[in-house]
Amino acid sequence: MSIEVAGMGRAKADGPLKLAVPRGALFGEALDALDAAGIETAELRGDSRSLIFESPDITLVTMRPSDVPTYVEAGAADVGITGKDVLLEQSDRVVYELLDLGFGRCRMVLAGRVGDERLGESERRLGMMRIATKYPRVAERHFERTGRQVEVIEVKGSVELAPLIGLADGIVDLVATGRTLKENDLEVREEILLCTARFVANRVAHKLRAGEVDALTARLREATAA
Amino acid sequence: MIHPIPPGTRDVLPDEMRELRRLHLALIEVFESRGYGQVSTPAIEYNEVLARGDGRTAGGAYRFFDERGDLLALRSDMTVPIARLVASRYAEAKAPLRLCYLANAYRAIRPQRGQMREFAQAGVELVGSPAPQGTAEVVEVLEAALDAAGLTRAVVGLGDADLYRQLLAEFGVEGEARDSVLERLAMHDLVGLEAELSALEGISEEQCATCVALSQLRGGSEVLEQARSLGGAAVERATARIQETYDALKERGVADRVRIDLGLLRDLGYYSGAILEVYDPALGHVLGGGGRYDGLLRRFGLDLPAAGFALYLERVHVAQMEEESREAGGTTR
Repeated sequence: MSIEVAGMGRAKADGPLKLAVPRGALFGEALDALDAAGIETAELRGDSRSLIFESPDITLVTMRPSDVPTYVEAGAADVGITGKDVLLEQSDRVVYELLDLGFGRCRMVLAGRVGDERLGESERRLGMMRIATKYPRVAERHFERTGRQVEVIEVKGSVELAPLIGLADGIVDLVATGRTLKENDLEVREEILLCTARFVANRVAHKLRAGEVDALTARLREATAA
Repeated sequence: MIHPIPPGTRDVLPDEMRELRRLHLALIEVFESRGYGQVSTPAIEYNEVLARGDGRTAGGAYRFFDERGDLLALRSDMTVPIARLVASRYAEAKAPLRLCYLANAYRAIRPQRGQMREFAQAGVELVGSPAPQGTAEVVEVLEAALDAAGLTRAVVGLGDADLYRQLLAEFGVEGEARDSVLERLAMHDLVGLEAELSALEGISEEQCATCVALSQLRGGSEVLEQARSLGGAAVERATARIQETYDALKERGVADRVRIDLGLLRDLGYYSGAILEVYDPALGHVLGGGGRYDGLLRRFGLDLPAAGFALYLERVHVAQMEEESREAGGTTR
């Protein structure tokens, strides 16, 4: 990563580029993509408890996917990888979305209990559905766009619980294989959108470290195009 | 006992005030020494006046009625009030006019984001001096101001506000479709931009690629060459305008820290031609911005070209501190 930036002169920021890597569901595939792009990730794959992995070319910082936009917007990380679901939920964070990495594919859906008409009944008789979700803004936007009234209930833990014990009529959540839904006797009623992992950049880093950011984007594009 | 103040506002205590005052004096000294006289305008204006300046909004974010029932608003920047001031007080004056300010402005905030409702701006307005010389003068003053603030590593991005509007017109993209493409560009959502463009009818794959590629061009004067190779009348006109400005900057010897950036798109409604943004490597946020607004004065009945910039003082202060601790061998950034 020793790319010279034409004429950057005194504007060159200090130290290696900082890349925010999402732990959790995207972690494995993010590391595979970075490997394919020529970035050493062996250390991250161990069971180290460290959060920061430094090499001469690049510093990898691991964090929750939902924290990636926060760190990147502030410039604490120059670039990062996170899910589109996170970017949509935090759409007021100013980060540049440079690349669809293609992996981590999952669907944001509206789900209800199998064979249960609570969703339709609440809408018809009460004029309003109660929807539990970890993605209140995505959910609100979806129902607003489709002209329906809902009470969005934000929960932090297992959303599947909410309709089972009567907190909500249905849920809006991310589904990859559908197994969790099935195990909890829930089924997909509507697809809201498709999400994949995205490569994002801080606005100032995108300007001041243009050469490095562009080179990394190109390598990731190549690595994930296959 | 704690008595709260509204979120997004703050008190300033003596230690910080002392530093801010040094910054204020240094900036005003730069502006005045270059012939920019300081003005002050009321924080409250008639809402109608602010709305006239920025056609996209309905006026200020904070509006209220006075005792006669007139709708008043807090200003959201200083450019519109100064346009109003120039049109009313200097209509007969000999151009160019050079004015500067250091003032608070007010914008709506999103909760829980640490954004400020009330923030301080320092800047200049150069009225009656057209591109490219007027723009070059503004950039020269901006660079001097950054130096005076100790931000010698700060960089000025130079773009063109009309590029994409004209490019999309050339591609036959208009109305709502154009607005949503411009929004993607302003957000710099490249994935969304590509999807938006390829969903449009009557726009070729090549045109789509041109638009995406243009938004990624940034660097020295070589990017103008790269842009021209993408072709088209809109690109030709925009690169010609930027080239003229860049040449004028070179003549003045202030082009070194200017980065040409064809992806620049400021979201204020009154810009035309050159647009500016200011960055410092010590800070992840934009320090300020500006550009040309040749149509703004006309909305107030005075047909004069104008250009200017504003720096967010709180952010400049943060960058100052970061740069100082970096020079002292402190933090990693």
